[in-house]
Amino acid sequence: MSEQNLQQRNQRTLRKLLIWAVAMFGFAFAMVPFYDVICDITGLNGKTSTTASTEGPSQVVEDRTVTVEFITQRGEGVNGDFTSATRRVEVHPGEITLVNFFASNPKSSDIITQSIPSVSPGEAARYLHKTQCFCFDQQSLAAGERKEMPMIFYLDPELPRHRNTLTLSYTIFDVTDRVAATNK
Amino acid sequence: MYDQSQGVNYLNCSRGFWSWFGTLDHKRLGLMYMWSVMGAMLIGGVFAMVMRLELFAPGQQFVDAEAFNQLFTLHGAIMVFLVIIPGVPAALGNFALPLMLGAKDVAFPKLNRLSYHLWVVGALFFVGVLLTTGLDTGWTFYAPYSTLHSQTAVVWATFGAFFLGFSSIFTGINFIATIHKMRPPGMTWFKLPLFCWGLYATAIMQILATPVLGITLLLVGVERMLGVGIFNPALGGDPVLFQHLFWFYSHPAVYIMVLPPLGIISELIATYSRKHIFGYRFIAMSSVAIALVGFIVWGHHMFVSGQSALTSIVFSAITFFVAIPSAIKVFNWVATLYKGSIVMKAPMIYALSVIWLFGIGGMTGLWLTTLQQDIHLHDTYFVVAHFHYVLVSGAVFSMFAAAYYWLPKWSGVMPNKLLGELHFWSSLISVNLLFFPMHFVGLAGMPRRYADYALQFADYNFWISIGGFWFGLSQLLFLAVCVLCAMKKGEKAPARSWEGAEGLEWEVPSPAPFHTYDTPPVVK
Ligand SMILES: [Cu+2]
Repeated sequence: MSEQNLQQRNQRTLRKLLIWAVAMFGFAFAMVPFYDVICDITGLNGKTSTTASTEGPSQVVEDRTVTVEFITQRGEGVNGDFTSATRRVEVHPGEITLVNFFASNPKSSDIITQSIPSVSPGEAARYLHKTQCFCFDQQSLAAGERKEMPMIFYLDPELPRHRNTLTLSYTIFDVTDRVAATNK
Repeated sequence: MYDQSQGVNYLNCSRGFWSWFGTLDHKRLGLMYMWSVMGAMLIGGVFAMVMRLELFAPGQQFVDAEAFNQLFTLHGAIMVFLVIIPGVPAALGNFALPLMLGAKDVAFPKLNRLSYHLWVVGALFFVGVLLTTGLDTGWTFYAPYSTLHSQTAVVWATFGAFFLGFSSIFTGINFIATIHKMRPPGMTWFKLPLFCWGLYATAIMQILATPVLGITLLLVGVERMLGVGIFNPALGGDPVLFQHLFWFYSHPAVYIMVLPPLGIISELIATYSRKHIFGYRFIAMSSVAIALVGFIVWGHHMFVSGQSALTSIVFSAITFFVAIPSAIKVFNWVATLYKGSIVMKAPMIYALSVIWLFGIGGMTGLWLTTLQQDIHLHDTYFVVAHFHYVLVSGAVFSMFAAAYYWLPKWSGVMPNKLLGELHFWSSLISVNLLFFPMHFVGLAGMPRRYADYALQFADYNFWISIGGFWFGLSQLLFLAVCVLCAMKKGEKAPARSWEGAEGLEWEVPSPAPFHTYDTPPVVK
């Protein structure tokens, strides 16, 4: 085997291995959008749909009762109240239910907030349909304002039988600076 | 075959800064890696000792909580990215791999030099971190703390790790090409030394996993600088995605750190038992198996991250499978020792201690894999004890073993026997005093990464700190051994420095000549 021959074969190996490395760079990059897709399909991270569901429930399952609990948390930069009118409701799958949430802004300036929902167990996320939610849009709170924010939901009648309790958690974030930055 | 009459070898064939820093010679690059890695280790070790100083007694004595955050972060980041990941494959592999294959160099000497230079660039970024605001995110850079809250030099550190990542990828590419194409006639895959198998399995992970870390850290930097929502939930991102991406790399990285050391142990056990290794094929294949399974177990770091119960159960179950190839190695080593004529030289006593201590680290790994236990033990000192048993008394002790084994080839003189054995016993006792009690305080619930602790942990922490200082100071003995060898103080080493050593690296004189194996040897 001549020296040159070896050089050429080495170069070919180098190219093949580089392709693998580059492909893995691409793979990692693709994971960012792909993760969202996977989570949408499997509910892996408990995210609920960010848009209102347009169809109503097909039926109400009267003989089944499911507990839905609500958790509210304040994210970074929010120092006002953020609560729900009730901490838990008992619903029949397919029953349309309204729950009010409240947020207040004790600051002397207006703020814009964004709430992020999350359902636990994640598997149940896609069985929770919201026809109206304050989390679909950014909510502005004037200085000193206390705002009532309704959320209307129903559980899919198809909700697996072994799921008798769901927890819906909201974290509220102050996105005022961020909105100001993008509007500039 | 080699003319040593002039006393010319790879160490003294040319002089001057550039003849070293700009060299293409794998032996010189290996040696430079070695000293650089040891320098970084010294700094990372000092940080650990300051931590132990603070934890010597409950309450705040020397550093406040903020400074403590910096200490454990910098200790971890330096030891992982600058020391262990390049230490074994790049430092030891560079020197040993071509010699063991009877090749005149690695497949791409220029790429090899680039790897080292990228390591230096990465290290400079870390120096920049040290000189500016430091780093307090933990070596794991968890979002959203790293992207939103930390006031420290996160971007510098991520760029540093990015360069170190490229260094690692290029080393991996180089080693795979070398093993595929530069083997001498007659050396079939199953005649490959087991250290080379370890490097080969490692290189697979370096190429496939490191790019993911690169992108992850890049995204952290981008989110920090431009405020896009990748990990920030307020902007529609998901912080758990960071953990998925990070551990997709960092679990395989654990095997980047331990597979080559385990390869070394396989070499040493056989050499000093005067036997062929028992179950060669099983050991070789177990390395590859660990590398492949290593890609699908990352979720075991995320049992409390809120991933679904089913996901956790699956990851837990797959992780148990890692125990099988690991145990195959241990059983084959023990079988090799059985009825061997064992010679207790410095490399061998280290190798024997690794079987035992790495075994402890492996066993506690099984505890942590067990889902229910991990919920209790997560982020306690039990975890700290586990990975230090694997990485210090496993990987670092193997590096010591390898260093004592190959120092004659690197320097031309035998390592000082007395100092070497003193270093061993001193390290062995102190490393256990340092890490073993951590199991107990961890089980009792002492969380990691805090500058202070509850009073009931005071006695244990006192002894842990004693062990820490003792272990740290013991390493000066190792430094002394290396300096003595570098100064050529000691018994002159013959080409085959250890009786029973069979690899091709022992066919060339000690220290190795500048040109080795210009014509490949024929392996029977
Ligand atoms: Cu892991």
